[in-house]
Amino acid sequence: MNIKDVENLAELARLELSEEEKREILKDMEGILEYVKQIEEIKVPNMKVDYTLYNAWREDLPEPNGHKRSSFSPELILEQFPDSQDGFLKVKKIL
Amino acid sequence: MIDLKNLTIEKAHTALKNGEYTCQELVEAYLKVIEEKNPELNAYLEVYDDVLAQADEADKKFKDGTATTLTGIPFAIKDNILFQGHIASAGSKILENYKASYDATVIKDLKKVGAVLLGRTNMDEFAMGSSTQTSAYGVTKNPLDLSRVPGGSSGGSAAALAGGLTLAALGTETCGSVREPSAFCGLVGLKPTYGAVSRQGIIAMGNSLDQVSPFGKCVQDTEIIFNLLSRYDEKDSTSVPNRLRNPKSKKNSKKIGVPWHLFKEGVENGVQENFKQSLEKLKKAGYEIVDIKLPHSKYSLAAYYIIMPAEVSTNLSRFDGIRYGYNAKAKNLLELYKKSRAEGFGREARRRILLGSYVLSHGYYDAYYNKAVQVREKIKEEVMQAFEEVDYILTPTAPMTAFKLGEKLDDPVAMYLCDIFSAPANLSGVPSLALPSGISSEGLPFSIQFMAPHFREDLLFEVGKKFEEIK
Repeated sequence: MNIKDVENLAELARLELSEEEKREILKDMEGILEYVKQIEEIKVPNMKVDYTLYNAWREDLPEPNGHKRSSFSPELILEQFPDSQDGFLKVKKIL
Repeated sequence: MIDLKNLTIEKAHTALKNGEYTCQELVEAYLKVIEEKNPELNAYLEVYDDVLAQADEADKKFKDGTATTLTGIPFAIKDNILFQGHIASAGSKILENYKASYDATVIKDLKKVGAVLLGRTNMDEFAMGSSTQTSAYGVTKNPLDLSRVPGGSSGGSAAALAGGLTLAALGTETCGSVREPSAFCGLVGLKPTYGAVSRQGIIAMGNSLDQVSPFGKCVQDTEIIFNLLSRYDEKDSTSVPNRLRNPKSKKNSKKIGVPWHLFKEGVENGVQENFKQSLEKLKKAGYEIVDIKLPHSKYSLAAYYIIMPAEVSTNLSRFDGIRYGYNAKAKNLLELYKKSRAEGFGREARRRILLGSYVLSHGYYDAYYNKAVQVREKIKEEVMQAFEEVDYILTPTAPMTAFKLGEKLDDPVAMYLCDIFSAPANLSGVPSLALPSGISSEGLPFSIQFMAPHFREDLLFEVGKKFEEIK
């Protein structure tokens, strides 16, 4: 791993890093990867991860206006928007 | 004066029922201790402003006869559990002002029985750490020795309970985050079977590992809390349905397996000695101790430090400064993402996000993530096989006693190794109970931990109560 790899990962993860942070993280990552690399020694022939999958989701249930079925608070959700206008979330332009 | 020091949930319940004091008075007694001790300990980040109103509701339950065991019992809640209308920051700057828009299922269940939620407790940022030193809101100190850490990541809850600032506490575990602080603070900590307690409304770190986990001053307290919270929740897709909760075997032959080869080295002498003494006591009490081999389990922590960061990098991608949380000033959208995340996340969170992105990236996915998933299956298989022969697996809870504040912060791997004995239970999903097992010459608690097969918490409570008698 090198500084370029750290930069690429930070770009993918949408994280801004200073030059110093990049160097620190590289050092930390090398230590951690050195430790986790020990799993390379293990042989796990044909270890099949075999689970029965089933659908854990239910169908959507429409909530008529004024009938609150869930315990979510729309007010609390709206209140958290860092930037909003007329009850809509305001974001920076994407085009 | 209420004798808070020796109070247990059962004793408090009896006293409340008999009218020796009211929920209001009990809560006020704890608020007084919090006021005295919290400025130094930093166990609570916030004491909720509606505590007395909650106590009032609980008192009503005693009057109208609907009170149950946990009615009026004060709880400390880890800062990553959502309580509607209250801040839940997960110890992070990025959620500094985040107010929960709904109640976690465990909070709903506690509210329903009239438990009193005192406040939210400090934790390692996003539950990433073993000493509660990575919180954006300062370190928490160990009430037994203020120069030492309380363990982590649920260190605030542990310190609150051990310091007498609450009667019960909830933490969460991804890998040892309740058992290790239990060990450092002399408490009982239960990591339930994965899927036993709902994860809905918990700020996720590693979804395939996270479990809400109770702390108690004694085994019975954790049992009472677990019995309330353990139930199927349709709102958690990994909650285990009732029909699958019956354990295959009901056997209990009092046989304890000890995987000695896992802790031949890397364990403090005092811990090793205490463990041997604990084994002798169990032997005398009629338990059979056998040597078992778990050859793949020594790779548990390595596999964990691949699987968990992978899940972290995915989970934490939702914190982008757009809909809630910390929002940096920026010129355009991309810069807003990058700056909000850079300024909002602490070093350990950033480290794990990048590590996770790495092990999931093209070219490394098979060598790291896929391999770790397979190793995890192997570990699960060998743990289940071991349980065909024995009822319990026993190890020390942590390889050391509580260490000094400031230690291990510069060496991530040294910090990670605190949880070396925790990982097998989290990776295989079996329940595990950490129990105080004595005091070191420095006055610090020792701890041992039992693991049992899936949904055999009953076995853990049984052996735990026995051990409390003989230790």
